[in-house]
Amino acid sequence: MSDDSTVNPAEQPEQPEVAGVPATSDAASPQAIGTAGAGAQQRVLDDRSGAFGIQGSPDVSGYGMLDRAVRSAPPAERPFGGWYDTVADELIADLGTSAGQAIEQFSFEGGDFTIHVNRENLPAVLQSLRDKETLRFELSLGVSGVHWPADAGRELHAVYHLRSLTHKRFIRVETTCPDSDPHIPSTVQVYPTHDWHERETWDMFGIVFDGHPHLTRILMPDDWPGHPQRKDYPLGGIPVEYKGATTPAPDHRRSYN
Amino acid sequence: MSDTTYTSAADFDEPIENQPFDTTEGERVFTVTGGDWDTVTPAPDGEKDRLVVNMGPQHPSTHGVLRMIVELDGETVEKMRCAIGYLHTGIEKNMEFRTWTQGSTFVTRMDYVAGVHNELVYSLGVEKLMGIEDQIPERANVIRVIMSELSRISSHVVAIATGGMELGALTGMTAGFRDREIVLDVLEAITGLRMNHAYIRPGGVAVDLPNGIEKTLTDMIALLRKRFRDVENMLVGNAIWLGRTQGIGYLDVAGCLALGVTGPILRAAGLPWDLRKEQPYCGFENYEFEVPTQTTADCYGRFLVRLDELQQSLNIIEQAVDKLTPGPVVVEDKKISWPSQLVVGLDGQGNSLDHIRHIMGQSMEGLIHHFKLVTEGFRVPAGQAYAAVESAKGELGIHLVSDGGTRPYRAHMRDPSFTNLQSVAAMTEGGMLSDAIASVASIDPVMGGVDR
Repeated sequence: MSDDSTVNPAEQPEQPEVAGVPATSDAASPQAIGTAGAGAQQRVLDDRSGAFGIQGSPDVSGYGMLDRAVRSAPPAERPFGGWYDTVADELIADLGTSAGQAIEQFSFEGGDFTIHVNRENLPAVLQSLRDKETLRFELSLGVSGVHWPADAGRELHAVYHLRSLTHKRFIRVETTCPDSDPHIPSTVQVYPTHDWHERETWDMFGIVFDGHPHLTRILMPDDWPGHPQRKDYPLGGIPVEYKGATTPAPDHRRSYN
Repeated sequence: MSDTTYTSAADFDEPIENQPFDTTEGERVFTVTGGDWDTVTPAPDGEKDRLVVNMGPQHPSTHGVLRMIVELDGETVEKMRCAIGYLHTGIEKNMEFRTWTQGSTFVTRMDYVAGVHNELVYSLGVEKLMGIEDQIPERANVIRVIMSELSRISSHVVAIATGGMELGALTGMTAGFRDREIVLDVLEAITGLRMNHAYIRPGGVAVDLPNGIEKTLTDMIALLRKRFRDVENMLVGNAIWLGRTQGIGYLDVAGCLALGVTGPILRAAGLPWDLRKEQPYCGFENYEFEVPTQTTADCYGRFLVRLDELQQSLNIIEQAVDKLTPGPVVVEDKKISWPSQLVVGLDGQGNSLDHIRHIMGQSMEGLIHHFKLVTEGFRVPAGQAYAAVESAKGELGIHLVSDGGTRPYRAHMRDPSFTNLQSVAAMTEGGMLSDAIASVASIDPVMGGVDR
């Protein structure tokens, strides 16, 4: 099968790929915050080479030279359309002077409006999203971690999905932290439902949610070493023998990048 | 335990770990089981006498392998904390090592009482990532609606049944499981399995409905309408049932939203929030049904909401049967949909003989295509998506991340049981221990979904 389904660089404006924090311009107007105009960039999350992910042995398939970058979504362009501009404007207005630092990028991912937020400002952003009358995202659907080991300086992502029952809206908020300093401020004070969700994300990814009332493991045993859903944690499958033949464990089978 | 009977504290010669000890807060702690009660001396005057009881994870009244740590003053619950994880099987991690199609087989085992909802939300998530939501054939959507509502019925009758059992209404349990069998028989007729169907798959459904299913469904609806009336007659207004559930486990709308609680608990608090209405999927906007609510915000209200939802689900299935028109049940894109529909042969369900004849005897390209699609799977564009459905327990969401490959890079299920179970402390603290059982039963957590 071809790679047509992945992000085609030809369709996207070519942008410099940097893994670090995009520089925010002090002079950026509120309208530019979170867009390419303020320095928001599409990042490379991972790099895939070869067709079958084969390492250390010659690949005779002819596809061994394939090279493909996994890119994050590009920053959205103003106007976003519909209620998205309202949400962005209200949020920027409510955050005031810290908006430029707090909001790294607006984008559309999987059809949903996504706000990429600097981790230090996460509680303020969520508080604003929850409380401001014109925003009113009353219901949080929890925290989901994602581990991108090749996204240097932003290896661990925490994704929050929020729903507004008042305005019938849905948005995603995403923040990141480096593996070397895996700390994200806890938001249990804003959304009490994050209690167990943050514990689960700590348990599975090792993200420390500073200020959580009781950050302990929730699904794994208390004395478990490691964080199982990180990409560097093995699945631990065992090969299955049946009638003399051996089927390798799922994590040792051929994979297709 | 030794079989010595202790008659006074002086006879206490248990091993050191069973001896009373003092905590850093200066409190005396005794660890006692069954026959040790005589060894416990009451707290001196003016000091607090508390009992920490560990309920579960193996306990008939905790709705599965749920462990509750309860701090009691007499029979009053002072503090209640849940310990979960006893059924954690790493489904989300496992999915990262299987193809997108195989994912259906894994997610259906999360909330296994209503597995179809898991398959549905997973498929909707994958379809959203691929941008093929609009290509799902009409018939597939109608089948998805039927399956979703069948699943809701089977989940709700189990909620009422196990809830009844935990409160001592054993007839409620036998009635509920009897009704569930009826639904499971229909599910088996459609998918081949009573549970863990893996029937709804990205792109459509695994196999078309069997011949004559319309009559099966109509008969089932008629029978269940009568059966649900029986349950209603038995429990609605029943003095004992009211005594155990009315005013128990109170949680209002503000509490629900703060704790992320959705589903029958939120609707019993008075908010008619149902994703089938608010954010319709699979064509739910084309069906006429009501969102039942109550205003009591207690266990009894949740019970009534579930009873009403059973009727609404039957109404939806009735309308869906009328909407069934012949047509394909998977997307047309041959790069996504498997090359043949499954059929039931002499040796069980499998690929149709026509298809086997085609790929083995006629078309080498067909064989290659079949082989590549089944072993390698299809690719999903890189990105992330969130899809949600109204499952029997509340908002069931899935956060899917793809790296552009043939397997999910990350799949996270936002299971309503997991989130709703957080509210146990808010519902039970300050009440009686027996009411804690009623509260947990009214939340209806399925531990397979909680622990994943």
